Amino acid sequence: MPGSLDQIAQLVVNGLVAGTVLAVPAIGFTAIYAVLRFPNFSVASHATIGAFAGYVVNTTWHWPAWAAVAAAFLVAGAAGVVNDRLVLRPLRPAGALTTAIGAVALTIVLENVVRFVFGNDLRGYDLPIRRDWQWGPLRIGPQQVENLVIAVVAMLAVFVFLAFTRTGKAMRAVADDTTLASLKGIDAERVARLTNFGGMGLAGVGGMLLGLDTSIDPLTGFRVILSVFAAAVVGGLGSIPGAVVGALTIGLAEELSLVSLAPAYRTAVGFVAILLVLTLRPRGLLGERAY
Amino acid sequence: MENYLVAMATFACLYALLALGLNLVWGLAGMINLGLVGFFAVGAYVSALTTKRGGVPIALGLVAALAVAAVAGAVMALITARLRGDYLAIITLGFSEVVRLVASNEIWLTNGTDGISGIPGPWRGRVSPAAFNVIFLVLAALLVAAVLGVLERVRHSPYGRVLRAIRDDDQVAGVAGKHVLRFKVEAFALSAGVLGVAGALWGHYTSYIAPEVFVPLITIYVVLALTAGGTGNNWGAVLGAFLVVFFMEATRFVTGWLPGLGPVQIAALRESLIGLSLLVILRMRPAGLLPERLPRVEPPPVGEAVR
Repeated sequence: MPGSLDQIAQLVVNGLVAGTVLAVPAIGFTAIYAVLRFPNFSVASHATIGAFAGYVVNTTWHWPAWAAVAAAFLVAGAAGVVNDRLVLRPLRPAGALTTAIGAVALTIVLENVVRFVFGNDLRGYDLPIRRDWQWGPLRIGPQQVENLVIAVVAMLAVFVFLAFTRTGKAMRAVADDTTLASLKGIDAERVARLTNFGGMGLAGVGGMLLGLDTSIDPLTGFRVILSVFAAAVVGGLGSIPGAVVGALTIGLAEELSLVSLAPAYRTAVGFVAILLVLTLRPRGLLGERAY
Repeated sequence: MENYLVAMATFACLYALLALGLNLVWGLAGMINLGLVGFFAVGAYVSALTTKRGGVPIALGLVAALAVAAVAGAVMALITARLRGDYLAIITLGFSEVVRLVASNEIWLTNGTDGISGIPGPWRGRVSPAAFNVIFLVLAALLVAAVLGVLERVRHSPYGRVLRAIRDDDQVAGVAGKHVLRFKVEAFALSAGVLGVAGALWGHYTSYIAPEVFVPLITIYVVLALTAGGTGNNWGAVLGAFLVVFFMEATRFVTGWLPGLGPVQIAALRESLIGLSLLVILRMRPAGLLPERLPRVEPPPVGEAVR
């Protein structure tokens, strides 16, 4: 195939950008898992909520993408805290799996609230039209670069928060050992609230970043959820650096699969990756350890 | 009106099969299946394709559906058997999405999003449509009775006791010498097989299947049916299925009367009501209407080994 090396280089670039963007909701999912110990499937609907919150401020008040992303974070994060308090927290004593079922039901409800208000139509963000940048054989869109920068800033913020702030350290302590943390006087409920705010906020940012490239509808969050799970499981469920490594792996694998697979099967790549990792290295690439 | 009631009773029977299948893993063995619609879809496609394209009798199509769905279930259970239940939740949810992807894209096999129409049904075309509906309802009800009978036997047997032991604490079951992995894989495969048969029946009844039929909402319907009826209780699963069909139909009528709503809004309202009622039941009455009653175990006579 002529130019196939160029083609692969282009896919690698696209994969790295897609993986970096995917890392944002994956961190959200894995952080909530690390602290609350259940797979919170409602990251799907919170990603959608974030995407629509960003859409509203972007198209109504013409906020630029980077500012609208902040709105996506705040609205999805606040929704995450409220929904956890009202819906999921009361279910937690019944066990992780019952809570997971509740999270699926919650996702269906929230998705349909969005559908009720906005309908099923595809909606696009109001963005300036810009020409792709060309470097030799490689092309990259300015929007891709902007998404990449936003995703990297969001991730850096998470790492600085977890590494250097008192609250971030408390969060890691709860993730490591809830009982020990409570003996040290850490308020687990407060940490849970903050984790929900941050985690669902990141899911919202992820939903919006994924929508900036294409368009959004009530199923936006659900469509990427398989890739988000795959990123978290491949990197090691509950590990934040793992989610980043996993997301880059999945992003690259999804893009490179285009060499031999129909584009429709991109999301199936994540599922295959989950099966492979669980069979060969069940703790994930970096192991199940929260940071 | 009569036809409508017969049709709803048939759908309730199909949901009862799904709820019974889910009860075997979730109620008895405590394993989650959040992608049960995937096994349902696999069964529907296998039976539709073998009977329509392959020309085999419907009964054989059902057996093929059971077998293929059971194998898929066994693989999913095997991969996650040694891990926490969370992984099974993630992998089953992923499985159902991949099934829908394959059904939408392998057009040579599944006819893609257009779906497969003209799936044969028992005696369809040879009797009047009304008679077909009644015949199908009787067949479906007999199948529900048969599966209910088998699963009640399982529940009361030592086998069922092991599954409950695994649900309550799989380490204790392992220490007691039970081969936990084998029990988990077998239970999950059998359950997936029942789900597959339900899917096959769905196709033969409605004569048409397409990827859009097999959405995650079906999984929520079935979890709602089982939770409302009583997790762990097979009779509860059947009761719950009938209640869910009744509830879904009731919301259809009630939302139809609401003024000023478009069809998309009505659909959204109904779907959120389903999700909301599951959340309310999980919160208010998690044991369901017919809570699980553990079979009474007679203490063995002195001198006989406890099995």
